[in-house]
Amino acid sequence: MKKTLLSSLVALGLTVLPLAAQAGTVTVKGSDTMVILAQRWAEAFMKKNPSVKVQVTGGGSGTGLAALQNGTTDIAMSSREMKKAEEDKLKAGANAAPTGLSVAKDGVTFYVNASNPLDALTVEQLRDIYLGDTTSWKAVGGAEAPIVLYSRENSSGTYVFVKDAVLDGEDFASAAQTLPGTAAVVNAVSKEKHGIGYGGAAFAKGIKELKVKKGNEAFAPSAQNVKSGKYPLSRDLYFYLRNKPAGDVKAFIDFALSPEGQAIVTQVGYFPVK
Amino acid sequence: MQEQDLAPPVALPMLSPEARRRQLKEKLIAGVITAVAFTGIAALVLILVFVAKEALTLVTDAAAREEASFSKMFLPQLVRKAKPLAYVWQPVSGVPKVSMIPLFIGTLKTTAVSMLVAVPLGIFGALFAAEFAPRRLREVLKPTIEMLAGIPSVVLGFFALMVLATFLQDTFGFTSRLNAVVAGLGLALAIVPVIFTVTEDALTAVPRSYREASLALGATQWETAWKVVLPAAAPGILAACVLGFGRAIGETMIVLMASGNAAITSANLGDSVRSLSATIAAEMGEVVVGSPHYALLFFIGVELFLFTFVLNMLASVWTKKVIQRLKGGAG
Repeated sequence: MKKTLLSSLVALGLTVLPLAAQAGTVTVKGSDTMVILAQRWAEAFMKKNPSVKVQVTGGGSGTGLAALQNGTTDIAMSSREMKKAEEDKLKAGANAAPTGLSVAKDGVTFYVNASNPLDALTVEQLRDIYLGDTTSWKAVGGAEAPIVLYSRENSSGTYVFVKDAVLDGEDFASAAQTLPGTAAVVNAVSKEKHGIGYGGAAFAKGIKELKVKKGNEAFAPSAQNVKSGKYPLSRDLYFYLRNKPAGDVKAFIDFALSPEGQAIVTQVGYFPVK
Repeated sequence: MQEQDLAPPVALPMLSPEARRRQLKEKLIAGVITAVAFTGIAALVLILVFVAKEALTLVTDAAAREEASFSKMFLPQLVRKAKPLAYVWQPVSGVPKVSMIPLFIGTLKTTAVSMLVAVPLGIFGALFAAEFAPRRLREVLKPTIEMLAGIPSVVLGFFALMVLATFLQDTFGFTSRLNAVVAGLGLALAIVPVIFTVTEDALTAVPRSYREASLALGATQWETAWKVVLPAAAPGILAACVLGFGRAIGETMIVLMASGNAAITSANLGDSVRSLSATIAAEMGEVVVGSPHYALLFFIGVELFLFTFVLNMLASVWTKKVIQRLKGGAG
């Protein structure tokens, strides 16, 4: 009994392992912002191409790009551009010609609790809040209460984007609580009356999205404003590869950029690149 | 052994073949057991060597020395222009800031809260189970609490994050929902069963004669438990607390989920904290192998190891002293 079980397990292992190692697998890793999107793409793509397996995992843009350098993923999802240092390391390490392409657009949104009376803040006000210079909602026209800051782990591309686009490269205030994943930030802000957090627009459910004020006008992170560039905190979402795409990887990327793939982008809540 | 093999007919004339076979078998079994025991020790040593080796980059590599020198780790640094010197953990900044102080403070805060809650709870629970509980109740109580030890820490962390955090904020009005108290209480849930089980074993191991002697002298049951049984089991109880402390300082998932992970240098238990272990878990995923940040995370691992190692040593020294005193008192 035991022997047959063991031998059947071994046989199973022998048949399954080579299958998994076949070229029919595309691994996609990185940005948590993009996980839902890539997962949808993967599902639709696999329905059309049953012979190809697409594995999507998150972990943050930095994680994906590090995995690309370590050679453990085919495609790195990143919600920020690859840094010069990362590109150099990739070139030196894997004798590769890294390629990156924008596959969708996103507006980074600041969230506040639904009970917060504020509707819009300027980028400068957001900067002061996240640098820790403004610590009370009263200073920006809200209730008299301390601001509770939520941020992302430093492996997050959104973290880097906010740091560059909002904080001019300065560090986040030490008091900013770092949470794993945008969903955790949304959940925290939905429970914290005086909280503020940030993340992709696709996640904004159960909380209030702040508009960004420029002069007298305030812009919501809508498809129109992101596309036209009126919403100041919009960014591209990228796929990075070690080399020029080929084979199954190319087929998957082509699918993502096809009208069908871009329709999925809109469904998920991001904005198409075309 | 060699010699025996060389001259068997003279050395072992009286042993029957069967007896010799038995002897051989014995030796084989002893050998296997010794090998297994040493494998465990070797694994521990190899892990330590590996972790220390990865952390060594901080000393050997010039770039790493520049980015994460010991003075930058342990002394206050200039963080922003025109601001006072501060302890800041921002290892992926343009200018990396790698102060360990907020991480130490965070770890100590969560560990202190959890020990403050778990030690009395564990010890008094065990005292009740061992000395006062009726037999039936005890037979239910012990397995139930031991089952608590089997709950995955991620579940405890989730509970702390979703339920405890909201409840404590509503009750005590903490500014931030996730803080040292929430993480500490979550941790306490994980270490109470550890302390309880080991303490209970130590208490039941106290010889019956001690209790009978005490009761015969006219002491009440409570006096017996408190003044006789508890001191007699002190070494075991200390071991329980050390085990609990080790778990609390190294426990990662609960702290990662429930502490808020903000590296703040403050004494306020209502503030968010970032612990050493949670920092490793949160940042290990993105670092490039061999970078200063990578070495820094391994250095944190070495620190955690040293903490528990030193504490274990102190505890064992103290335990020996207590045993000596107990023996002296008895004799």
